[in-house]
Formats: sequence, C-alpha cells, structure tokens
Amino acid sequence: MENKPLLEVKNTGIQFGGLKAVQNLNMVLNQGELVGLIGPNGAGKTTSFNLLTGVYVPTEGDILFNGERVNGLPPFKVTRKGISRTFQNIRLFNDLSVLENVKVAYHSLAKHNILSSVFRLPAHFKGEQEMEEKSIEFLKIFSLDKYKDELAKNLPYGQQRRLEIARALAAGPKLLLLDEPAAGMNPQETKDLMDLIAFIRDKFDLTILLIEHDMNLVMGVCERIYVLDHGQLLAEGSPEEIRNHPKVIEAYLGEEVHDVNA
Amino acid sequence: MKKSKQFWPFIIVAVLVYTVVQILISNGMLNQFYSNTLILIAINIILAVSLHLVIGITGQFSIGHAGFLAVGAYLSAIVTMKLHLPFVVAIIVGGIVAALAGLIVGIPSLRLKGDYLAIATLGFAEIIRIVFLNIDAVGGAAGMQVSHLTTWTYAFVCLVITIIVIVNFTNSRHGLAAISVRENEIASDAMGINTTYYKVIAFAIGSFFAGVAGALFSHNFYIIQPSQFGFLKSFDILIFVVLGGLGSLSGAVLSAILLTVVSTYLQGYPETRMIIYSLVLILVMLYRPKGLMGTMEITDYFKLWRTPKGGGQHGK
Repeated sequence: MENKPLLEVKNTGIQFGGLKAVQNLNMVLNQGELVGLIGPNGAGKTTSFNLLTGVYVPTEGDILFNGERVNGLPPFKVTRKGISRTFQNIRLFNDLSVLENVKVAYHSLAKHNILSSVFRLPAHFKGEQEMEEKSIEFLKIFSLDKYKDELAKNLPYGQQRRLEIARALAAGPKLLLLDEPAAGMNPQETKDLMDLIAFIRDKFDLTILLIEHDMNLVMGVCERIYVLDHGQLLAEGSPEEIRNHPKVIEAYLGEEVHDVNA
Repeated sequence: MKKSKQFWPFIIVAVLVYTVVQILISNGMLNQFYSNTLILIAINIILAVSLHLVIGITGQFSIGHAGFLAVGAYLSAIVTMKLHLPFVVAIIVGGIVAALAGLIVGIPSLRLKGDYLAIATLGFAEIIRIVFLNIDAVGGAAGMQVSHLTTWTYAFVCLVITIIVIVNFTNSRHGLAAISVRENEIASDAMGINTTYYKVIAFAIGSFFAGVAGALFSHNFYIIQPSQFGFLKSFDILIFVVLGGLGSLSGAVLSAILLTVVSTYLQGYPETRMIIYSLVLILVMLYRPKGLMGTMEITDYFKLWRTPKGGGQHGK
C-alpha cells in the first residue's frame, strides 16, 4: 500500500452547461485493490467512469494512471494504457460470435498490418492464429468456450454479462472498471459473479473499481468504498464504516428523524 | 497454417467463368451487346462490393459513391486521352486519386453518424460532379470523349482483385475491427480500437475500388458526362448493397448481377422500364426484408466457409 498508487483522481469534475455532474472527485486506487463506488441514482457514478475512460474530458482536475496523465486522451488510447471497462447497459457486438467478441479486444495486441492481411502474408496467419488461440483460452476461464460460435445476442442475460467482463479483460487492463455488473441478475448469478470477480482479481493481478446497487455484493467483495451523491464525494471507507456512516444513511434512506415505525 | 479453404475454389470458379466467357466472345457467340452487358455487370459488382465494405461492414451510411466513380472515370480518361499512357496505368491512377478523394471527404465527414453522414456524403458527391461540370479541359457539361478500351479481361481481372482484397480485409483483425464499429461504436472504442482510423480506411479502400470501376466505366462508353454521376447513380449502387443484404458480400454481388440484367433487359420497354424496375425492388424488399442474402454469405450454404454472420474467422 505504500508504493505509488495505480490511479489517482485529483479534484476532477465535469460540467455540462450549467450542470456540475461531478465535482471535486478525489480517489486513490492502489495496485490490487477492489474498490466499490456507490451512490443513489443520478449521483454521477457512470459519469465518473466516463471521465476515467476518456469518454468525457474533465473540465477540471487531473486523472493520473501509473503517474501518467490520461485525461484528454481518446477512449481507445486510455484502453491501451490499461484501463478497460464494462457498461451498465450491456454493449456487446450482438451480431458477432462470442469468440469474435473477445477477439476484438485482442485487436490492439496483435501486430500484423492491413497489407499483410490483404496479401495474406505469413504475418497475417501467425497473428490471427495467436488471437484465436488466446481468445479461446480466455473463454475457457469464463467457461464460455462451449458457446464460442453462438451469436452474442443469443446468450442468456447472465452469460452476456460474463462475456462483457471477459471481453474487457481480454484487452489486457491493469485497472478494470465494472459498471453495475450484477444489474438484473438473480441471487445465484450474483453470488457466482462475486466469486468470479474475486477470482479474476487474483488471477490477473488486477485492480478493480466497481459500481453497484446490490449492497450485498458491494459489502461482500469490496475492501474500500467511495460514496457519491449529487456529483460529490460523500464518504470513503471500509464497508463497515460506510454502513454506519450517517451521511450515507441519510443519502440512501432519507434523513433519520424521529420514529422507527415511520 | 492452412490456406483459406475457399480461396482455391474461388480462383478455379473465376478462371472457369473467365475462360468460358472469353471463348464465347472470341468465337463471336456473344455479340457486342452481351459482352457489353457482362462488362457492365462486372463494373456494377465492383461498385456494389466496394460500397458493401463501407456500409455493410463498417456500417457507415454513405450515399456519395458516384462521386468517387466520377473521380476514377475522369482521372483515368485524362490519363489515357490527354497523357496517352496505357490503360492499366489509368486504372491504377483512377483508383488512387479516388482513394485520396475518399480520404479528403472521409476525414471530416466520418465524424458524423447515420443520416447526417448520408447527407454529407451526398453533398460531397455533388460537389465532385459540379467540379467536373465546370472544368472546360474535361469538356464541361458536353462531356469528354474516351476511347473504348475496357475489355472483358480488364473488367474481370479488376473484379477478382476487388473481391479478393475486400474478402481478405474483412476476414482479418482489421475487418473484425471495422465490423465492431458497425456493431457498437462505443464498445469498440472502449476495446482499444481506433474507430476513426478504421472508418476512414474502409472508406478509402471503398473509394479506391469505386475509382477502379470508374476507369472501367469511362472506357466502356465513348463519352463521359457529369450527368452520368448524379445522385441517382449513388442510389443505384446503394440499392445493390441494400437489396443484397447489408453485410453480405455475395448478396451484393448477386443483386448487382440481378439488377443489371433486369435493367438491361428492360431497355427494350422504355415506357414501363422504371415501373417494372421499381416493382422488382418492392417485391424483393417485401419478401426478403433483410435483402436477398440477409447477412449470410453464399458459402454458408455450401458449408465450406463457416463464417458467423458479418464475416469472421477464416484462414483456419
């Protein structure tokens, strides 16, 4: 924990016209941590993700990844630096097969250029072969390999979520951002997902930041939690601290007034 | 590393088709009318396939393809008629200049999406046409005389090269990247793909082959005029792609053949020609709303080529 943080968000914010969607966001993520980001609807959680991944350019502050500024870079460059994400509403390549979905993520790791593909030079076959083998290996880790030729849109919902995580991992990130990975899942699927998240963190030596509404999931797997409300950081701490934090209770349940049987 | 399974069958079929037609032409069994129709079919297939790369694969709705056809047509005509260089040089120059035009048009306009991109490309194509209309050196509205140099051999070789290049591009990581842009641009970006680069590249390759088609086109008639490259021509090409099924290369090829034959045959009935042509389009769209082939490739039917919809693993 003493060494340089992997991700440092310094006083970052974004303004859309007169609306300050996120302001004064300060976050520090260390290598190997599993951190949660929670908050009521409209608190700015997904906006924060969009700031981190370059979808939005912050109007104030800086985002340092591995000590390097990443704000202002286009999303594809941020991904190549090692920040990859999933989406709240699943964004798979629906008409591509499961295997191809993962292969797309390997794209920037393969090196053969357009000419070698057009003329079918040896580099093309080598590169494509490598992409295919690596992608299949990946699908095996997520036990999706039996679906590899299935179209992504034909997978059951829970599997689509898993595929999206697999695809994000295939891009080779150091920091993985998961936007509501358990949304719409039943308790059993959520349980499996929690195990999966813990597993991939150890297996790939990842740092994970996840947005979640499911309190069980957040409290169960996260080591630290940031709470956002109205675009501002409300609290930060261990799950236990957050659970008992008066401001958090207020934001989630409304002000604690008098009676219990209200 | 195995060669792709369908590559050699494709080459064999191509050589067979070429030889048979060439023998028929040199025997005089196919008269001028038929051989001209065959050349026209080849040109239309090149156009359809090149637009298929832009619309069907990369998902960028461009309706200015006739503009690049015009660039190729005029530039190649200048090379043969004014500079007196061989036809092969003219074809290459036509393609390269059209690709450059594609880059110039594509870099600013591919930031736009959907309808807006369509309108922008339509506008650019009109600009290109008006430019040629106002250059006296190429004859202005009266047109430019071009000698008849396009033969079945030229047309067919260009056609085969076009198909091979576009199939090879599609079935590689680059093609997959382009398809991912079509499927979901935001996700594609988030997966580390430079979406702008692939849109522009696909657009430039598409324009290159439109330029090649333009060279064949201008040397297939004795005169070219700006009016031949209006937006109706763009729509003709668009119809090939949509009717064949967006995302299906063989669909684009089939519909280009079908529609060229229909419209050539209907030239005998000028009064009802457009009515019947339109009826054909309406009927196909009613009964095959996803196009003739949907997103399938013809090879899917033969089980030779297990390409998942939208192109995919091949070369294995």
